[in-house]
Amino acid sequence: MARLNARIPEGPVASKWSDYKSSCKLVNPSNKRKLDIIVVGTGLAGASAAASLGELGYKVKVFCYQDSPRRAHSIAAQGGINAAKNYPNDGDSAFRLFYDTIKGGDYRAREANVYRLAQVSNQIIDLCVAQGVPFAREYGGLLANRSFGGAQVSRTFYARGQTGQQLLLGAYSALSRQIALGNVTLFNRRDVLDTVLVDGKARGVITRNLVTGEIERHAAHAVVLASGGYGNVFFLSTNAMGSNVTPAWSAFKKGAMFANPCFTQIHPTCIPVHGDTQSKLTLMSESLRNDGRIWVPLKKKDVEKLRNRSIKPSDIPEEDRDYYLERRYPAFGNLVPRDVASRAAKERCDAGFGVGTTGVAVYLDFADAIKRKGHDTIDALYGNLFQMYEQIVAENPYETPMMIYPAVHYTMGGLWVDYELMTTIPGLFAIGECNFSDHGANRLGASALMQGLADGYFVLPYTIGNYLAAEIHTPRFDTDASEFTIAAQGVTDRLKKMKESAGKESVDSFHRRLGKIMWEYCGMARNDAGLTEALYQITELRHEYARGVRIPGGFDEYNPELEKACRVADFIELGELMVRDAQQRKESCGGHFREEYQTSEGEALRNDERFAFVSAWEYKGREVAASLNREDLQFNEIKLSQRSYK
Amino acid sequence: MNFTLKIWRQKNVEAKGELVTYDVSGISPDSSFFEMLDTLNQTLIMTGGDPVAFDHDCREGICGTCSLYINGRPHGPVKGVTTCQLHMRSFAHGNTIHIEPWRAKAFPIIRDLVVDRSALDKIIQAGGYVSVNTGGVPDANTIPIPKEKSEAAMDAAACIGCGACVAACSNAAAMLFIGAKISHLALLPQGRVEAAKRVQKMVACVDTLGFGNCSNTYACEAECPKGISVVNIARMNREFIGAKLFSEKEKVIKVSF
Repeated sequence: MARLNARIPEGPVASKWSDYKSSCKLVNPSNKRKLDIIVVGTGLAGASAAASLGELGYKVKVFCYQDSPRRAHSIAAQGGINAAKNYPNDGDSAFRLFYDTIKGGDYRAREANVYRLAQVSNQIIDLCVAQGVPFAREYGGLLANRSFGGAQVSRTFYARGQTGQQLLLGAYSALSRQIALGNVTLFNRRDVLDTVLVDGKARGVITRNLVTGEIERHAAHAVVLASGGYGNVFFLSTNAMGSNVTPAWSAFKKGAMFANPCFTQIHPTCIPVHGDTQSKLTLMSESLRNDGRIWVPLKKKDVEKLRNRSIKPSDIPEEDRDYYLERRYPAFGNLVPRDVASRAAKERCDAGFGVGTTGVAVYLDFADAIKRKGHDTIDALYGNLFQMYEQIVAENPYETPMMIYPAVHYTMGGLWVDYELMTTIPGLFAIGECNFSDHGANRLGASALMQGLADGYFVLPYTIGNYLAAEIHTPRFDTDASEFTIAAQGVTDRLKKMKESAGKESVDSFHRRLGKIMWEYCGMARNDAGLTEALYQITELRHEYARGVRIPGGFDEYNPELEKACRVADFIELGELMVRDAQQRKESCGGHFREEYQTSEGEALRNDERFAFVSAWEYKGREVAASLNREDLQFNEIKLSQRSYK
Repeated sequence: MNFTLKIWRQKNVEAKGELVTYDVSGISPDSSFFEMLDTLNQTLIMTGGDPVAFDHDCREGICGTCSLYINGRPHGPVKGVTTCQLHMRSFAHGNTIHIEPWRAKAFPIIRDLVVDRSALDKIIQAGGYVSVNTGGVPDANTIPIPKEKSEAAMDAAACIGCGACVAACSNAAAMLFIGAKISHLALLPQGRVEAAKRVQKMVACVDTLGFGNCSNTYACEAECPKGISVVNIARMNREFIGAKLFSEKEKVIKVSF
């Protein structure tokens, strides 16, 4: 097992980033315009990076599969964005934000990266306000903050329940300005299907124009992947239908290592599954846990009556309710981190106390909060979420408790990157959810928006310059070069082969089957026997897929089934890697819960001696298992301890 | 539940389109409209047919990707929701449902129900931003903003850019879309600096893209899934007139080193 070097700068953690910025190489403005950068994805990370790099004077090409960059799935983030501003004077600091993030990630993130994230968090808020992001404000006209996801300080900035939307529109407007100025060229409705390497460095991508079907070649001096997470490997998730791992997976196959693939986040407050035709899951913001109380009935006979609808939840007296989070975690109550809340819900449902017609749901009850704060206050805080719930479930949460159940939401794993956010392929960078770097084994609420924008606005623009400073003599690339021809041909051949299989089963049907395997064996709880079974079933599925997928339509036209076919093929391969990673990590940490490794009270049991490392997987070929490398994690600032929310 | 669907099919922008009838059965009332279409497409794929192309992505009502003219109304019969948040319980068993794409000169059809809305991006590129670069901005609390102003800006900024306002308008005007962006920024001190220039540039851009003009029918507001108010159009008009009448001619400042 090779050891990876993250190239973390020397010196105290608090000054690493400022020291780096003062000593990294710079590119002169007249050279910047001779350098091309490709950015894949237009979510918070991609749009902010493309806009900032364009502002600096680089020539940027930005790609998205959506019809407009404004539609990337960052737009759906509801709750907020963290920053260590300490506006409420409640004792917050960069160190505390850093500490909470490391602890929340169950000590599986890299200290230096997380400290930098906490340090730049304040600049993000300043910039967003300057762009015109309408954050919530107090009557005095200053910015409002709220406590979020178990933090003991109020450090979350928000724009109603649409923070992701407003931040993304801010980044999109900055991007639009650079497009208008000619510094950035937009390629919408494009799937990025391969990364092109020339002499071992990332020099371009192969894309498919989703409208015409044309396979296109694009060259650049550096490539930035900001293609988001891979939660759709589970088929049902809160990701957008088109969210996919394909750009990252193509990079993996070209030599970029994939880190901690088994670290996935299951979000506790989602609307439960209604039936077999369900296509995706909807998240209800975690902020609801600030005022909602989570419970299930204490008695099995009440569970029965609720399921056959002979009683209503409000008929159950207080003493017959089990507020299990408040019972198990008196210090944090309903505000325990996501992984803890999710597992506790699963535990109650598995024990037969789940509610709803399916028995796979728990209550999130606002009755007390409405009594305490009044209907109008609750409406001002959560009105749009209540409305959304009512539209989907056809029940009014003011009158009857919401039903919720955990769902796949975010993936902490991703492409391995060093301190400079560069993958193991020189010139290939990964930012935002696409990389693995900042959230360890569990991400805290309101930290995804922070990380995406930190990477794109404030980190990458410096670190990519340090790389590109050595590229100023490299002329622009010719896409007729053999490397591009071979890669483009590879993509064409792959699509042809897939389509020729002329099977009997649709892409969606395979995807659903993959999702079931992943959810069952590599979801909220995992064990060795289950993972072995999953490996067997996924391998079978992969072979079946190669023989038996049916893809209608042609190559040279708008063909969503063909798009999905590529994505699902990659998800199947990724699923296998996730299972292998979950199997090798013989400990429980954050979102990764191995049933064999738990305390007597059912809490996650880490093994720091053996597993305080990042697993980084290296592609070895089609029929060969990926090999494992590791980056050992050093904790100098923070003492490792058992997370306790009791 | 069972439904008869009459869906607009069109191979590409040049091809001639037509309404084609399909029957779907066994649909759960809890299914979303798109899950109903997914079911139809799965059947079409398995029987050697050609699945219906439609735009969709987040399926949470926020990305603005989805469209569809359903029984003559953008985003269907329920007020304040996008098509992806529409559920089959909003229809009666046995209903016939007409499904068509957005119809507007500025939105050419790509295939079936999918249209090209990049004109909306072009409008934003014309000036829908505050011209600040990353870095070098003041502390976020330097300028207090009255809560009412910031709330009104947020009301306007909630636009998801789906284009329902254009589809609903008898003139295929984009006034609500552009009015919302102009209002959002004009209401905030950060956006005021360029307000006069912005409104002129964005209005000029709209005129080149094939959108129609406003005749005050308020169909846009009625059909907007996010409840964006026509007040924003009035504010845009005021900004526009103010800019044309009172703002100084833009001087070209030549800088020489």
